[in-house]
Amino acid sequence: MTSRELAQMIRADALRMTAATKASHIASCLSIADILAVLYSNVLQFRANEPKWPARDRLVVSKGHAAAIVYAVLARKGFFRVEELSTYTHDGSIFTGHVSHHVPGVEFSTGSLGHGLPVGTGMALAAQRMSTGHRTFVLLSDGELDEGSNWEAILFAGHHKLRDLTAIVDANGIQSFGTVSEVLELEPLPDKFRNFGWLVREIDGHDHAALRTALEPTPVNETRPVLVLARTVKGAGVSFMENELRWHYRSANPQELQDALAEVGAPS
Amino acid sequence: MRTTFIKTLMELAETDSRIWLMTGDLGYSVLEPFAARFPERYINAGVAEQNMTGMAAGIAASGGIVFTYSIANFPVARALEQIRNDVCYHNLSVKVVAVGGGLAYGAQGYSHHAVEDLAFTRVLPNMTVVAPGDPYETSALTKALVATPGPAYLRLGKAGEALVHSAELDIKIGQSITVRDGDDCTIFSTGGVLTEAVRAHALLAGEGINARVISMPTVQPLDSLAVVEAALRGPIVTIEEHGVGGLASAIGDALIDAGAPVHMKAIRLPQTPLSCAGSQEWLRAQYGVTAEAVVHAVHSLLAVPLIQ
Repeated sequence: MTSRELAQMIRADALRMTAATKASHIASCLSIADILAVLYSNVLQFRANEPKWPARDRLVVSKGHAAAIVYAVLARKGFFRVEELSTYTHDGSIFTGHVSHHVPGVEFSTGSLGHGLPVGTGMALAAQRMSTGHRTFVLLSDGELDEGSNWEAILFAGHHKLRDLTAIVDANGIQSFGTVSEVLELEPLPDKFRNFGWLVREIDGHDHAALRTALEPTPVNETRPVLVLARTVKGAGVSFMENELRWHYRSANPQELQDALAEVGAPS
Repeated sequence: MRTTFIKTLMELAETDSRIWLMTGDLGYSVLEPFAARFPERYINAGVAEQNMTGMAAGIAASGGIVFTYSIANFPVARALEQIRNDVCYHNLSVKVVAVGGGLAYGAQGYSHHAVEDLAFTRVLPNMTVVAPGDPYETSALTKALVATPGPAYLRLGKAGEALVHSAELDIKIGQSITVRDGDDCTIFSTGGVLTEAVRAHALLAGEGINARVISMPTVQPLDSLAVVEAALRGPIVTIEEHGVGGLASAIGDALIDAGAPVHMKAIRLPQTPLSCAGSQEWLRAQYGVTAEAVVHAVHSLLAVPLIQ
């Protein structure tokens, strides 16, 4: 399966899961479909049958509300049976609405924003000092950068030259109450990270070739941590969900689900 | 206590390479020996307690036993959600250490009065909460914390606390210590105010009242057995340098859970912030967290027996 095929497959999974339970955050899922697909197809070292394999690369998904598509990619990569996705947010299910470490393959539970980057920074520091050789990735949202805890971590990682730490910001430009520029302007974001001592790679977050290149390790003489600033479209892949704030909250009704699945090339 | 803590931690770190120490840029003249001896396991995170605590969770998830160190409320209240979500929910071995628990920084004002910290921490999942009563308890419990996997909060005083016990202790987490024996009532104490509990014992003995004094360095998990046994024997007075939600509340919970009689008075701080400066001793006296207050409470409980 190519990363493009995987991305469309997990888009369809997330659409079905959120529609079935009338869950929020489908648009937040769709904007990271390509990032997750490339990470799990081409970048991360992992063993699906041994989720705690010590040499695995670490991925902390800090935007924990995009749980449906994270569970979907883990299922499609064989961490557990795809059928289990149908229990998402059901009574007694381990598949909570924000990512849970009780799910095989989920490195860390999140849900309150601004937690993942400090945790990933700790993992990267431990890896650096213990010379374990694995890489640490943190996937976070742009709106989440309002949280000051992130900037504490950004300051720390730059100062301590955590070269094996990669932050991927899903810059879809929309947060809970409006656009990022309306709520709390983040730009110029690349300059902010550069000024904190990071190497910035700004790309189209739906371009798989660009994602693969941006997520490659840096040259050996490069000491800075890496920001992959992935410019994305909230709701990407489903035309009527794209760049629409209401799809942060809404789930698809049966007709909308059928239309959306058709757009991502999945059987309804 | 802080001197004993760092000395003990260094001894442990010599043989246990999992031990890390992080500070929120505090501990001048205390932490330097650790930093010099174990530079690869020492981190000054800067004045950034949220990141320090999140990072500690990340290091602990990579196999470390991580002590985070700062003063008063800073490592606890400032980073409470990181402690709750990142540390406790994941059951990681992060040991949050606050120096200056209670009113040790009394003259510095309300920002530096750690008088709600036991309440914040003891209700969290998987959490161990420890407030040693003297340097011997500090040493024993620092060792016990390393030996016990999972999150913990260690509330220390400052420096130069009197020794209450006469020798090194061998105690486990959750174990109470009978410091003085007596049959008429029981005084439970946590933290450095143990000296007042012992003084109350002496004052009461002068009146012919035999009070038992039990030090409760572990507030969570509480030694419920000792609490229920004391309740069945007679009245209970608690003393702590803390407001509502601390030791007295924990003991009350234990008695309610056990269906035991609650014939008890709590000597503790008011919920109203202490808005004036004052030494620890002055503030204790001003707000009635003293041996005399314990004696008064014992009198009132003995005067009105519990209706059986």
